[in-house]
Amino acid sequence: MHKEAAIREPLILGHKTYHDITEDVCRPIEDKAPRMWYILFGIALIVGLYGIGCILYLLGTGVGVWGLNKTVGWAWDITNFVWWVGIGHAGTLISAVLLLFRQKWRMAINRSAEAMTIFAVFMAGLFPLIHMGRLWLGYWVLPLPNHFGSLWVNFNSPLLWDVFAISTYLSVSLVFWYIGLIPDFATIRDRAKRPIPKKMYTILSFGWSGRAKHWNRFELVSLVLAGLCTPLVFSVHSIVSFDFATSIIPGWHTTIFPPYFVAGAVFSGFAMVQTLLLVMRKAMKLEAYIHVRHVEYMNIVIMVTGSIVGTAYITELFISWYSGVEYEAYAFINRATGPYWWAYFAMMTCNVISPQLMWFKKLRTSLTFTFIIAIVVNIGMWFERYVIIVTSIHRDYLPSSWSMHYPSHIDIGVYLGTIGLFFVFFLLFARFFPVLALNELKTILKSSGESYKNAPDGQLPDPTPTPIAEGPVAKEVASVTDGEPTVDLEESKEEPIEAPSGLLGSIGSADESMKNDLKKLSGVGPAFETALNDAGIWTYEQISKMTKAEYDMMDALTGKFPGKAEKEDWASQAKELMNANN
Amino acid sequence: MADKVIYAMYDDDDVLKDGAKKLVSKGVKVSEVFSPFPIHGIDPIIGIKNTRLGIMAFIYGLFGLTIATLGLRYFMVVDWPMNIGGKPNFTYLDNILSFIPITFEFTVLCAAHGMAITYFLRNKTLPGMPAQNPDPRTTDDKFVIELRTSENSQFSAEELEAMVKDTGIVELDQKDVA
Repeated sequence: MHKEAAIREPLILGHKTYHDITEDVCRPIEDKAPRMWYILFGIALIVGLYGIGCILYLLGTGVGVWGLNKTVGWAWDITNFVWWVGIGHAGTLISAVLLLFRQKWRMAINRSAEAMTIFAVFMAGLFPLIHMGRLWLGYWVLPLPNHFGSLWVNFNSPLLWDVFAISTYLSVSLVFWYIGLIPDFATIRDRAKRPIPKKMYTILSFGWSGRAKHWNRFELVSLVLAGLCTPLVFSVHSIVSFDFATSIIPGWHTTIFPPYFVAGAVFSGFAMVQTLLLVMRKAMKLEAYIHVRHVEYMNIVIMVTGSIVGTAYITELFISWYSGVEYEAYAFINRATGPYWWAYFAMMTCNVISPQLMWFKKLRTSLTFTFIIAIVVNIGMWFERYVIIVTSIHRDYLPSSWSMHYPSHIDIGVYLGTIGLFFVFFLLFARFFPVLALNELKTILKSSGESYKNAPDGQLPDPTPTPIAEGPVAKEVASVTDGEPTVDLEESKEEPIEAPSGLLGSIGSADESMKNDLKKLSGVGPAFETALNDAGIWTYEQISKMTKAEYDMMDALTGKFPGKAEKEDWASQAKELMNANN
Repeated sequence: MADKVIYAMYDDDDVLKDGAKKLVSKGVKVSEVFSPFPIHGIDPIIGIKNTRLGIMAFIYGLFGLTIATLGLRYFMVVDWPMNIGGKPNFTYLDNILSFIPITFEFTVLCAAHGMAITYFLRNKTLPGMPAQNPDPRTTDDKFVIELRTSENSQFSAEELEAMVKDTGIVELDQKDVA
């Protein structure tokens, strides 16, 4: 039952155990945040606050502070809205569609992709709200009984469909994401040592205990929610495209829009996932879980959806000529050769040409190249929306109304502000939330983990596998991943050294019968525990008696992570554990 | 009656599953299994029925569909028919095409949230609830089987323990419950 085709490469590299997965994902949450996190968070916060300032100025003054005019009445606002909604599509696609297709590689990326989705949809939702001008009357979009006789909102309007689509999408994605998070919050809760995090994660984990019946329900709920989200995700961007497709503006009223927008959304969403994850895996040392195979799979999705988008662009051009409608033809000739030719050129280069490079295996498995293309695609997809929106309306039917759009600094400020806020949210997520779906990863460890992969049936490998021989062979294994060692080279088993009487003399000796679970000390995995045991250290009591001198002796004996024990203050941890045991 | 709870801890899901099979074949009732992730195939062994939440989701969806249909008919046809370019809007069927998106969204909204709320209530997992797993390691890498003497009256606690010890456990713990 844990079998998988031998031809598939392992999804979890290195010889991970269940406990290692927990450790690797919880470490960034439990440790102090690195300085880089504070720097990035500070920058994002400043940019975000600047954006909020711009929004407040706009609300106080009026939508006139945007660079809109009579002809171009929709520009950066709706461009940014569609851009963010599009980015928000990858998360649900990864977690829902790939769940239905039983793609196991989704499990390493779905959690952060869904977080990205939710934050992106927050940002998207801001723009229509701001555009209302009178934000506090935002509830008028709902069909509420009111004092204007019985005037209802217009259910024939795609703009109202948007209200329902986006709010359903946001709330359902949020629930889907949170239900998956609960068991992982429970893991963090059960590991938390300090009282405030413990309290916080207790509330967040809803008292999850991992009962068999609960898991039964959990799996069904995930499946049904995935089934509901799949048509939902396609409907949302279709409806966004209806905002344009149901109008009578040449360049907008195109029946190709729904599938074309959905493909574009997936395309841009995956590009954003790549942008974020390539940085995150490195910063949080998750290279064993999100490795070059995952990146390659996502690049293939980018390539396929990019090709769909490219085909749609060409089809549009062709149909505008083939239709024989001169307005339509003009809209597209003007798009390519008019005053906005540079935006059209940017869109074509970024979205049509750059994904085609992914046909080359060498390129799509290169992390640097992927990162560059992901940024290029993000830019290109912003231009796509800008081109569709602005070039179609800047040439009105009356040449006297022809106009250009120049963004004001408030336009730019609000847009940058949403990027800042998005990163504020995402950085908080990376700091306090489990960024990988722990419980899901553990379910695939035995079918797709490197050390279990292709083990003969019923013959599961030793939980602490025999270490790979040190030297060129082990290095090679590590470097096939992507040129950087993702596998912590495990030390080859050394000859058991006679413990000097000095160490055991001062901390007291013990044997296996008195064994405590040393893995509870921070930084101790099964292999380290074995090394400690070989050195004659078995109990908390022994460790609790250690001081600097003993730590040094111990480090010399085990030869692992020198200074770790002292830095983590094992002695007091062991004392706490002893008290907890009594 | 004094009830004794026996917690047998395993460090591998497959060992636990084999152990549970062995115990059940001897007529032991396994009251609960705690695990850090879903153990596929454990439910039929320990006699857990499949959840009916899927059926509930369908019912919630039907509810949403009905509300959306009735609502749209009331708002757009009965209460305030809008004249949009002189297109007919006197019956629901004439306008149904433009009602489909919202009807669909509302159906999904009700099905998803209805099911999620039911899921939380049935699990009794709500904000601030205390954790009930017997050992904090069961959310990390340990798997626990729970046996109760009250549900296994044909065996004594010692017999149960002896049987459990035979199944490759790593730790054994017991607790008296009033």
